[in-house]
Amino acid sequence: MIPGKSTMNTTAGQPRGSLARLAKLFSSASAHTILVLLGGLWLLPTFGLFFQSLRTPRAISESGWWTVFTDMSTLTLDPYRRILGSPIFVRSIWNSFAITIPTTLIVVSVAALAGYALACMRFRGRDAVFLVVVALLVVPVQVALIPVAQLYNRLGIFGSIIGLIFFHVGFGLPFGVFLLRNMYATIPYPLFEAARIDGAGHARIFLTIGLPLVSPAIASLSIFQFVWVWNNLLSAMVFTRPDSAPMTVAIQQQMRNFGTNVDIIAPGAFMQLLVPLIVFFAFQRFFVEGITGGSVK
Amino acid sequence: MTSGPKAVGIGRRRPRIARDSTVAVAIFLLPAIFILAVFVVYPIGFTVIRSLFSATGNAFVGLDNYRRIVTQPRTLVALRNNAIWVMVVPIAVTSVGLVFAVLSERVSWGLAFRVLIFVPLVVSGLAAGVTFRFVYAHDPDVGLANAVVRSVTDVLRPPGAYAGARPSNPERVAVDGETFQTAESLTTGEVAHFGFVAIPSAQIPESAAAAPHHIDPGDFGDPDSIVAGVVWFDFTRGGGGTRGAVDDGELGLPDVIVHIEHYGVTVDTTTTDRSGLFVFDGLDPGEYTIVLDERSFRTPFGGLAWLGPGLITGALIASYIWINAGFALIIIGAGLSGINRDYIDSARVEGANELQILVRITIPLLRQALMVVVVTTTISVLKIFDLVIVIAPESVQADATVLALEMWRASFGGARDFGLGSALAIVLFILIIPAMVLNVRRFRLED
Repeated sequence: MIPGKSTMNTTAGQPRGSLARLAKLFSSASAHTILVLLGGLWLLPTFGLFFQSLRTPRAISESGWWTVFTDMSTLTLDPYRRILGSPIFVRSIWNSFAITIPTTLIVVSVAALAGYALACMRFRGRDAVFLVVVALLVVPVQVALIPVAQLYNRLGIFGSIIGLIFFHVGFGLPFGVFLLRNMYATIPYPLFEAARIDGAGHARIFLTIGLPLVSPAIASLSIFQFVWVWNNLLSAMVFTRPDSAPMTVAIQQQMRNFGTNVDIIAPGAFMQLLVPLIVFFAFQRFFVEGITGGSVK
Repeated sequence: MTSGPKAVGIGRRRPRIARDSTVAVAIFLLPAIFILAVFVVYPIGFTVIRSLFSATGNAFVGLDNYRRIVTQPRTLVALRNNAIWVMVVPIAVTSVGLVFAVLSERVSWGLAFRVLIFVPLVVSGLAAGVTFRFVYAHDPDVGLANAVVRSVTDVLRPPGAYAGARPSNPERVAVDGETFQTAESLTTGEVAHFGFVAIPSAQIPESAAAAPHHIDPGDFGDPDSIVAGVVWFDFTRGGGGTRGAVDDGELGLPDVIVHIEHYGVTVDTTTTDRSGLFVFDGLDPGEYTIVLDERSFRTPFGGLAWLGPGLITGALIASYIWINAGFALIIIGAGLSGINRDYIDSARVEGANELQILVRITIPLLRQALMVVVVTTTISVLKIFDLVIVIAPESVQADATVLALEMWRASFGGARDFGLGSALAIVLFILIIPAMVLNVRRFRLED
């Protein structure tokens, strides 16, 4: 008799064990199946965008992207050639970097300083300031769009990249300060004490103890800030003009004529997506840690 | 907190030391405070006041802009849609994240699965929007969502071989949806003629043979017990031919299911042969109606209008869940890995099934992580903007609209109504205040 094969005629103890084993096998098999299906479901849309970006508008309007598996002949690099030959779109790629990189650097620097102050320095009202930062975490950008637009108009910088950068910095800072302050707060106090006794000032403690120890959180924050600003649409729609617009806005403006401009929209959207995707896969660990560190406490 | 500088607290977490100099604190803190004051705090106050003024800001209008929000059709739709989003999405995203987290813990490649689900988190609303514009295309040959639906409906409700056919002799054939029947009842010994046009030639089977010109019920037995007929393609190649009559070379339509009814009761069912001929015999003399079954004429699934006014919010919500399931999975997954396995293992030993373990043990232990997901998602959903403006075509934006979109439209979409825009921004802000209070309270408790 092969154990586990028959459950009907075995001795008293055995059926239960083999049944349980069978049930376990089945449930793990179904878990595999469900997860494979779900994984496919989550992957397919992005695959679709990739293949659509390599097809002509005519092919896109006539058949599904999955037909490329049986007929590769509809694939072409022309959409990419076309979009990279468009000065406005190429400009928008540079704009995206010109907006995102400075924003990230400023947020990280300012938040590193402020987070240090809120965790490692002692002054009246420290906790109140931190609670205000926590409160500001969820303020919607909508409450600032109109006043800041009017402010920029008066200063004559409406439509400039620098204006958008500072707007992003304003709304990126609460999360940055919050994340880094919490990280600084985990540094064991004796470390600071020893440094103080050695006569180090805050500038030196900040540079030699604080920054190195929060560097993982700084990595998380940089990635977040980069992805968040790179992907932003609303603020950029409000504060940029055609010559300062990032990729998201440049593509959004083509959406009105989706059918006819699809050969610009699809490759544009895929290129827009590619940059954060690379960042994600390169720094996956920091990304995941940043999300948990920023939400669960 | 503010006692003597030299005192060293015994048993306290941190020894008391002197306050830092104001200059040092200012150098570290002022850049952040200045930027937050200019770009976040001052604007809140400005917008509150601005919301009490007219479009151009010249006239004080009190709460009139808020009155407009709750009376204008478009903003009312936005309020309704935001309510739908808030009621559906946080719970949906949390449930999906919980299921994903629990399932992915049980397989060896769970980490790879999780990474795959995280990917859409870094995809912009714009790129996700473009992606889902393709997914939701109306034509099932083009759009993935409808292609999937069609693969299901084709099994449950296969399309007919002669979909789209129209009777060529409408005076003799009554149309009821996708079924066709004789307009007047027949008595035994009579012959029914169902001529059809508007069938693409490719849909005519190879096996089809020429339809009979003339049918004599007597050929099949006692004419008084017989009703016969023909279903044919009333189209002569190259033109000519008489409508409603079987001409030379016109083909019969094989395999059409035919019912014969006597005062609404089906008496018998048969199928047309290669030449489109059908014969009912053994009938009692009397009046009959011939009915062609809809199965041969069903139109194929034409696609759901995901981007139409009726389904658009549901379609947007599905794409939102696709993006944010990863967030829920990260948070809940982290919570799950912090759970003491002993609880679950001993419950399993005691004979609890998986569902019981999930509901009675895992979910209560994950309460905090689940709350974080619900609250964070609620906040994000209230501000939803990108997906709506990218996925919803212009013509259905009035049906898909949300507060954030209306705020942008009113202020920057052409109308330049900064009064209404400010009021909408404040409404959004007020809706988010409970979450803000919750956050602050949580951190005050911790400190």
